[in-house]
Amino acid sequence: MADFIQQVVSGLASGAIYASLALALVLIYRATDVVNFAQGEMATFATYIAWSLMDHGLSYWPAFVLTLVLAFIGGAGVERVLIRPVEHRPEIVIVIVTIGLLILLNGLTGWIWGAEVKAFDSPFPNETWEVGGVALSVVDIGTLGICLLTVLALWAFFRFTTLGLVMRAVANNPTASRLQGVRVGWMLALGWGLAAVLGAVAGMMAAPTLFLDPSMMLIVLIYAFAAAVLGGIDSPLGAVVGGLTLGVLLNLLGAYVDFVGSELRLPTALLVLLAVLLIRPQGLFGHAVVRRV
Amino acid sequence: MPLLELRDVLARYGPIRALHGVSLSVEEGEVVAILGANGAGKTTTLRAICGMVRTAGEISFAGRTIARRSPEGIARLGIAHVPEGRGLFTELTVWENLRMGAVVRGGQKALRQDAKRILGYFPWMERRRDQQAGTLSGGEQQMLALVRGLVSRPRLLLLDEPSLGLAPTVVRELFSIVQRLNQEEGLTVLVVEQNATIALETASRAYVLEVGKVAVSGESAELQRHEGVRKSYLGY
Amino acid sequence: MRAPALSTILKFALFFAAVVVIALLPRFMGEFRLSQFTFVALYFIALLGLNILTGYNGQISLGHGAFMGIGAYVSAVLSLGRPGLELYQLDPPGWLPLGDGMTPVFTIPIAGLVTGVVGVLFGIPALRLAGVSLALATFAMAVSLPTVAKRFDSVTGGGGGLSLTLPETPFGWDISTRHWLYYEAWATAGILFVVAWVMVRGRLGRAWRSIRDGEVAAVSSGVSPALYKTLAFGVSSFYAGVAGALLVIEVSFVNPDTFPVGLSILLLASAVIGGLGALTGVIFGALVLEFLPVYAENPPLLPFDFSTQAPSVVFGAALILIMLLLPGGFAGLLRMLAGVFNGAVRRLTEGGRPMPTSPTRRQG
Repeated sequence: MADFIQQVVSGLASGAIYASLALALVLIYRATDVVNFAQGEMATFATYIAWSLMDHGLSYWPAFVLTLVLAFIGGAGVERVLIRPVEHRPEIVIVIVTIGLLILLNGLTGWIWGAEVKAFDSPFPNETWEVGGVALSVVDIGTLGICLLTVLALWAFFRFTTLGLVMRAVANNPTASRLQGVRVGWMLALGWGLAAVLGAVAGMMAAPTLFLDPSMMLIVLIYAFAAAVLGGIDSPLGAVVGGLTLGVLLNLLGAYVDFVGSELRLPTALLVLLAVLLIRPQGLFGHAVVRRV
Repeated sequence: MPLLELRDVLARYGPIRALHGVSLSVEEGEVVAILGANGAGKTTTLRAICGMVRTAGEISFAGRTIARRSPEGIARLGIAHVPEGRGLFTELTVWENLRMGAVVRGGQKALRQDAKRILGYFPWMERRRDQQAGTLSGGEQQMLALVRGLVSRPRLLLLDEPSLGLAPTVVRELFSIVQRLNQEEGLTVLVVEQNATIALETASRAYVLEVGKVAVSGESAELQRHEGVRKSYLGY
Repeated sequence: MRAPALSTILKFALFFAAVVVIALLPRFMGEFRLSQFTFVALYFIALLGLNILTGYNGQISLGHGAFMGIGAYVSAVLSLGRPGLELYQLDPPGWLPLGDGMTPVFTIPIAGLVTGVVGVLFGIPALRLAGVSLALATFAMAVSLPTVAKRFDSVTGGGGGLSLTLPETPFGWDISTRHWLYYEAWATAGILFVVAWVMVRGRLGRAWRSIRDGEVAAVSSGVSPALYKTLAFGVSSFYAGVAGALLVIEVSFVNPDTFPVGLSILLLASAVIGGLGALTGVIFGALVLEFLPVYAENPPLLPFDFSTQAPSVVFGAALILIMLLLPGGFAGLLRMLAGVFNGAVRRLTEGGRPMPTSPTRRQG
C-alpha cells in the first residue's frame, strides 16, 4: 500500500510537469488557435538559460525568477516576430513555422551549449518525508508544489485582473475585442509570454530527473500533447487534470503492468492520445469541435 | 461640422465591390438610420466606418480622418459599434461583458460610477450579473450588447440591425430606450435597420441604400411619405 | 490562342535532360559520392509520397520516417528469409509468410505494398482527425516506431537490428555494386515520378486537391473524401516503403535508430522547402535533405567547421523564412521565374499586348 501511494505521488509529480506544459499548449491554442510544436524546445532553451545563470554564480531561486522573466519576453517576442506575419494564413503554414522553430531551437541549443548531457540540480533536497508511514520524496512534493503554485497564480491572474479578463475576452471573440478597443496583437503576445513561463517552469522541474540535453523536452512534449488532448485542447482545467491523470496512469502502469515496463510508457501515452482523438475528440472538458464550413 | 462624415466611400471584400460611393453625414445629437434590403451594403457601411473592411474615399470623425485606422484605434476615439449578431463575449458573464465595455476608458472606477445610471435602464442586469452571456435570450443579449456599447461613453453609437431575430415587443422596447438615451443624454446614434418602420419612427433622418449607393435620403417624415420608400420598405 | 505553354515544353525538356544527367553522373564521381546520390534518389521517392499526402491532399504527416522504417524492415526480413533470420538466433513466428530469402530487388515492391496497406490502415481512423490532430497522431507513430521495433525483436532483431549482404550486380554487367544500386534507385525514382505525375494530373490529383481546398465543396461535387484521403495515405506510404527498402539495400543494415523521429520531421521540412503541392521542386528538397547536413557542418568555402548542430539551425531557419516569404518553396520560386520568363517571351513575340487579367464584373 505504501508503495502504491509512493507511485501515485511520484506520478502526480511528473504529471504536474506534463500539466504545466499542457497548460502552455492550451493557452496558446485558445489565444492563437494554433498548436505550438516548439513549446518543448522553448522550455528547454529557457532551462539552459537557467543553467547558464547558475553556472555564472547565481543561486537557484534568483536564477529561477530571472529565467521566468526572460522566458516571458522570449515567448512574446516569438509571437510578434514569427507568428504575427502568418496568423491569417492556412493552418498548415503556422504549424510548419512552429515545427521550423522546433528544429531551429533544438539546433541552437546544442550549438550554444554543446550537446553533452548536463546535470541540473533540483532546489529541493534529495530526502524523504515520512507522511502517515509512507516515505515520500521531497523532490516530488516540491515539484508538485511549484507547478501547482504556478498554475494557481495564472488562474488568479485570469480570474481577478482586468488584463486577465481582456485576455479571456480575446480568446473568446477577438473581433468583438477589437471593437472594444483592445489591441489584440499585444494580448496574443502576452499569451505566448505566459505560456513560455509555464514551459520554463516545466523544464526546470523536469531537468533534475531527465538531465539537461537539447532534446530533453521532446518526449515531455508528447506527454503534454496527450494530456492536453485528454483534457480537451481548449480547456485549461482539462490540461491540468489531464496532465495529472496521465502522470499517475503511466506511473502505475509502468510499475504494476509488466508488459508496459519502463520502455512502453511512451507508446502507451500515445495510445491514450489516439484513443481520445478517435473516441471523444473534445477530451474530458473541451467543447465539441465545430467543423468550420 | 458633422460628427461623422463619409464621402464617396468605396469598399470591397476581396474582388467583390460592396459599396460604390456612399456619402452621408451625422450631426452630433442626431439619430440617423440607414435603410435598405439585404445585400444593399448597410452593414458594410458600418464596418467601413469601423475600419473592418478595405475602403477608399474619405471617412472623418470629429474632423479627423479615420479611414486608415485600425478597429481598436477607432474604438478608442469614441465610436462604439454594436455589430450584427451582437458580438458578445459568450463565455464571460454579464458583468464581465460590461467591464469589457469600460476597457476603452481604462478605468473600472468609471464603470462603477456609470453603472448605477446605465443599469437604471436595465435593472435585470444587476440581478443576473454572474450569468454567462451565452445563456441569455436573444433580446437580453441585444440589450447587453447595447449597454456594453454605452459603458464606454461613446460619442457615436453604431447599431447594426438591432431588431434581427427579436420579437416585435422587444424591438419596440429596444428602440424606445435608444430614443430615451438620445433625448435624455444626447447620445448620437447611427442605426442600420431592415425594419424601416420602427427605424423611421425613431430616427430624425435616414439614408436608403441600394446596391451600394445612397438612393434616397432626407428627413424621416419626408421618407415616410416618399412613394418609392413606402412601396419598397414600408409596405403600403 | 493557347500555345502548348512554353513551360510544358520546357518541363519535358528538363525531364529528359535530367535523365541524361543522372545516367552519366556516375562517370564523374567516386563510390562515396555515388552513394550520396543514391540517397538523393530514395529521398526523392519518399518526398514524392509525402508531397502527395500533405501537398496535394492537405493531410499533414510527421510520421513518414516510420513508414520508411516499415518498408526497410519488410525488405530486410524478406531478403534474409527464415534461414537468414535463424542465423541471427531470431525466432520469427511461424505464421509469418517468410520465404527462404529473396533477391533484394523483388523485395522493393512488396515492401512498398505492405507499407501501403499499413498506410491505408492508418488512414482510416485518421479520417476523423484533421490538421493538427493528424500531425500529432503521425508524430506519435514516428516516435513509437523505434520502441515497437525493439519490442518485437523476434522478427526485427531488436536493438541490434538486421544486417544484410550487399547484393550482386545482375545481368553480368561490369559495374560495381554501388553503381548498380545507384541505377536501381534512380530507375525506381524515375518510374515512380512518372506514375506520380500521371496520378496528380488526372482525376486522382483533382480529387485530392479539391479535398485539400475545401472538403465540404468536394463532397458536393461528388468526391468522396473518405475514399480519396485513405487512398492518399496508401499511395504516400507505398512510396515511403519503397524508399525505405532502397535504403536498407543501400546500407545493408537496419535497426530501430535508422529511422528516428528527426527523420520524419526533416522529411516534412524538405517537402516544404521543395514546395508543397507541386512535383517540380521535390528533387530540390531531396538534394537539400541529403546535402544540407553535410555542407552546413563543413561549408566548402569557409575555413572553419560549424558544429554538428548547424544543419538543424539552417533547416529550422529555412523552414521559417520560406513560410514567411515564399510559401511555395522552391517550386514556387520556379513558378515565379517561369512567369517572368513567359511574360518576357510574350512581350517579345506578341508586341506587348497584355492578356486580360482582371476578373469580369460580377453581378452584385
